[in-house]
Amino acid sequence: MELIKPGIHIDFVGKMKYAIIFSVILTIICIASVILHGGLNLGIDFAGGSIIQVKFQKDMTADKIRDALKSTRLEKSIIQQFGANEFLLRTQESFHDQKLLEENVNKPLTAAFNKDYEIRRVEIVGSKVGIDFQRKAIFAVILSWMAMLAYIAWRFEFRYALGGIIALVHDVIIIIGTVSILKMEFTISILAAIFFIIGFSINDTIVVLDRIRENVKLNPRQKLADTINMSINQTLSRTILTSFTVFLTVIALYIWGGPVLHDLAFSLLIGVVFGTYSSVFISCPIVLFFENLQLAKLKRKK
Amino acid sequence: MFKSIKLRMAITAAVCLVAIYFLIPTLFPQIPSPWNEYFPKEKIHLGLDLQGGMHLVLEVDTEKALESMMERSANDLKESLMENKVRFRKVERAKGATISLELTESAGRTVLDKILRDHYLDLEVASSTPREGGQTVVLKINDRRAIDLKKLTVEHSLETIRNRVDQFGISEPEIVPEGDNRIMIQLPGIQDPERAKNLIGKTALLEFKIVDDENSLDEALRGIIPEGDIIAYGLRADKSTGQKGSMPYLIKNKTLLTGASLETAKVQISDRFGEPNVSIKFNSQGATDFDRITNENVRKRLAIVLDGVVHSAPVIQERISGGQAQITGSFTMDEARDLAIVLRAGSLPAPVNILEERTVGPSLGNDSIRQGIMATLIGSLLVIFFMIIYYRLSGTVADLALIINIVLVLGVLAAFKATLTLPGIAGLLLTVGMAVDANVLIFERIREELRTGKNIRLALDTGYSRAFITIIDTHVTGIVSAIFLVIFGTGPIKGFAVTLIIGLLASLFTAVFVTRVIFDYFTWNFNIKKLSI
Repeated sequence: MELIKPGIHIDFVGKMKYAIIFSVILTIICIASVILHGGLNLGIDFAGGSIIQVKFQKDMTADKIRDALKSTRLEKSIIQQFGANEFLLRTQESFHDQKLLEENVNKPLTAAFNKDYEIRRVEIVGSKVGIDFQRKAIFAVILSWMAMLAYIAWRFEFRYALGGIIALVHDVIIIIGTVSILKMEFTISILAAIFFIIGFSINDTIVVLDRIRENVKLNPRQKLADTINMSINQTLSRTILTSFTVFLTVIALYIWGGPVLHDLAFSLLIGVVFGTYSSVFISCPIVLFFENLQLAKLKRKK
Repeated sequence: MFKSIKLRMAITAAVCLVAIYFLIPTLFPQIPSPWNEYFPKEKIHLGLDLQGGMHLVLEVDTEKALESMMERSANDLKESLMENKVRFRKVERAKGATISLELTESAGRTVLDKILRDHYLDLEVASSTPREGGQTVVLKINDRRAIDLKKLTVEHSLETIRNRVDQFGISEPEIVPEGDNRIMIQLPGIQDPERAKNLIGKTALLEFKIVDDENSLDEALRGIIPEGDIIAYGLRADKSTGQKGSMPYLIKNKTLLTGASLETAKVQISDRFGEPNVSIKFNSQGATDFDRITNENVRKRLAIVLDGVVHSAPVIQERISGGQAQITGSFTMDEARDLAIVLRAGSLPAPVNILEERTVGPSLGNDSIRQGIMATLIGSLLVIFFMIIYYRLSGTVADLALIINIVLVLGVLAAFKATLTLPGIAGLLLTVGMAVDANVLIFERIREELRTGKNIRLALDTGYSRAFITIIDTHVTGIVSAIFLVIFGTGPIKGFAVTLIIGLLASLFTAVFVTRVIFDYFTWNFNIKKLSI
């Protein structure tokens, strides 16, 4: 079977202009969303606080739970459906003292719903740990970009590396932006997805760049724009196939992986789509841009 | 690489067998007795998010340890100064870990310096300001000693917590230091998180002090506390209503004996009410001290103070020489048992704060395992079918490599006693999606080569060698980004990165080496005209 016929010749380079405009707008929307929402809605791993996961035996709504928790310290907590008759209660407070938990969760819930519920998970993170972790996470993401930059610069050329990294930054901004636009919580699972996408997106980029390098060697006379176009077309079927197989696994994770993996699977879905797009439409134009810049410089010298 | 196809087949078979060998205990939990000695015992270790349990991160308050050390030094120093007839107005622990001391004559300073030099090597003068007729001196602990003391405090806390958890009887606990002053504790399968937290986090400082009955408690409560006394509260349970109230005591601050002098502690049931109490036995030095203390304080009340709370204050009827005592205080059976454990294991050298706590119930863990396995099966099958549809027989070869890949990842997890978490299962599934990438790269390349009219063996050769460089690059970058997650991630998320790394490494072997063996075997041994790709 062949999805992409061998002789295919799509003019990617000609369409890159539109892609760049599209990406710039998208990036601006993402950053604007984060700013307008006053930063990210950080999960307890980054901000500190408590999560309590409760499963009810009978039909339950968030409103009923809110009524039951009235005039406790969980009154203003976020109540979020998490599977069938299962809910997450989230507060900023760190209920380290078990008595507080007993007083504010068990007692009011038992009073309202008898014993027809089960507390399945409690996660409590102190705000100090959260702030530590925020710093570490930002540091780690930037460091991983640098590592990728260094590796590609070593294996290829610096301008190739720069193209790859800008594509990575683009992908990460879009994942974070989507999380912000959908008012999702930024959890450690989403951070994990970001790292996976950094590895995944750079893979695609490398395959394309590798082919560009090979073709440049084969036809040194050809214009770079044409070489790039040829290389993208040659690797197109691989790019689509691999993204598709990863996409299949992520879809399986999203549908059958259960609520705990939901965040991870969702941000992976976004990341796989944009990671594939960016390695073709973002990293290549940047390589081309630097080539043109160099040519212009050479001309001026002459 | 290796020309001999037999050797390459042998390597493939050997690697698979080793992986399966390590998976045997996981796949077959019960192996009949004469055989089980030949197999490893360790199953794949499941993370707390899958098997249920409790994860705690504690912070040892090392500053508090310094402060109490200075408190003791201040008391000792007071006595040393009196012995050496140095006149002073006051010696007390000041803010933080310092001692402030007011000398009332200038000659005192040289004697003080000599005392410090001879007996208090840990202390040094931080500042001194002259005052009328004397001077105020502030002492602090010297920096190197402070660092040592903090380190010791953390080590000692770790040891104590380990002791307590061992005695509590939790199987396979994990208790490790983290950073400078943190301790990470994992307790799988714990049923009662509150009890576990109490057991671990309790300082359990047991002190024996004398109740001051000569001064008025009422006046002390009004704010006139006699020198050397403190007010401490005790819990008092009302027998008829069962309600617990607090009751003030005026006690002398001086600690006569601490829990450090205990030899053992155990639960006993009192004869009269059938209530549990904790019976303690002093070690030989402790028994001698207790004997002397009770002898000196007959008819007075002895307060038994645990973590600042007075548990009971019985009147000393007569001298007690056996070295035995009881702590009563309307405990439940579990409370008494836990108190005996913490007393036996010893007190924590400093208070601990809980920074992070995650408890997962066993039912959620079971759901997660079920959903994780479900997603992995469906996802893998989707990829496997897709590869067969797209690449036909060659796709089947890639699928075989994929299955070996999964077996290898699980085998490595079992062999290295790594932990499989829910995100780890997700990582395994993603590995499946990523691992076929190498084969897609190779197959696409082979198709290209075939189109240029090359024969099968040449196309295979070029396909593999051209794709190989790219495959190395993509794997290195993938592994590097996952390593960052291992270094900076915490808890279950680390498992995600770990399985990804193992999966990527394994796919280098399976997708490149193993598939090539299969292709070579068929193209070398059979006259294949057309490659099914």
